Amino acid sequence: MNRHLAIVPAHNELGAIATTIAEIRAAAPDFDVLVIDDGSTDETAAAAASAGARVVSLPFNLGVGAAVQCGYIYARAHGYEIAVQVDGDGQHDPRDIPRLLEVMHGDPHTHLVTGSRFLEHGNGHRSTASRRVGIALFARLVSALTAQQVTDPTSGFRMTDRVGIELFARDYPSDYPEVEAIVLAHTYALHTREIAVQMRARTSGRSKISASLSGYYLAKVLLAVLVSSLRSHPQGKAGPLSEAAP
Amino acid sequence: MIAVAAHASQTTATLQRVAVIAIAVLVFLFVFELVRRRALMERYALLWLFAAIVLVVLALWQGLLTRISSELGIYTPVNALFAAGFVFVVTLLLHFSLVISRLSEQSKLLAQRLALLDERVSDEQPSDEPQPSAVSKR
Repeated sequence: MNRHLAIVPAHNELGAIATTIAEIRAAAPDFDVLVIDDGSTDETAAAAASAGARVVSLPFNLGVGAAVQCGYIYARAHGYEIAVQVDGDGQHDPRDIPRLLEVMHGDPHTHLVTGSRFLEHGNGHRSTASRRVGIALFARLVSALTAQQVTDPTSGFRMTDRVGIELFARDYPSDYPEVEAIVLAHTYALHTREIAVQMRARTSGRSKISASLSGYYLAKVLLAVLVSSLRSHPQGKAGPLSEAAP
Repeated sequence: MIAVAAHASQTTATLQRVAVIAIAVLVFLFVFELVRRRALMERYALLWLFAAIVLVVLALWQGLLTRISSELGIYTPVNALFAAGFVFVVTLLLHFSLVISRLSEQSKLLAQRLALLDERVSDEQPSDEPQPSAVSKR
């Protein structure tokens, strides 16, 4: 068994899941691939299994945050040292995984590395204008709160080590978790870094933020981020139930 | 003329009282029936039964509401009733939000653990044996 795990949350990603898994296996052969099938109604789980991934199927749709957290619980239980999140929809290019790993290994103080779309102005897939405005707003807020430069707080393309795995297995935000997770990591004094990546247009499925950065999303994340930065002694809100790893 | 009006309003008041008591009794019976059918848990039923009892007491004991509202400096007794009802309902809603949040968190944890255990079990079992998940998924 490898010491590295790729966590792939997937909800009805039949069109892209097999390709994504094949790309991860080709680009990062020392990573085990774990697909968290988030209550898909199509054959995502079967497709993932036949593409050679391990599959954990949630009994019903929990949302990407809980799905990813499930991956971290798995990583913690199986003693993985590095975990990387890769979306199941083909947005993230697995060829960037070795670069994330390099940065992770390059600095022993870095516990979380994020692939950012905005660190360099590449010619990759651009999201809509309204979404970019929202992301820029979050980037400023999160940078201010964490006193670190965060250009792409909504990126779900993340790698973390054992420290991050144990934190996220214990406590991971729900709904639209990326922004909150960065702040959470900072609250626990985890040093985070970004590297520039290019994201691709999703090849399947629909955005989890379908009404992209709608008022609800904005308000909810703002509240969560502010509350989480106010927790002086943050505790796993999940309590003892989640402590028991399967 | 004045006497007639007073009489009429008294009749209305009595009718209102009867209506309130009838509604309270209906609520009481309905809640009781829900508990009997195990559709409603006792701990939540108690709240509604308590509310129904308060209504009946207020309807029967005419002076009580007037006295409470004048103590509170509220001119119209019915406004005191509305205010109390509003506070009661808002408190209840907040309580339910708390319960829902807790239940969501618990069901998330259960779903995650179930999925992880499921993966582990199917991993240990040879593939030609019938899988328990296949049976339960029917």
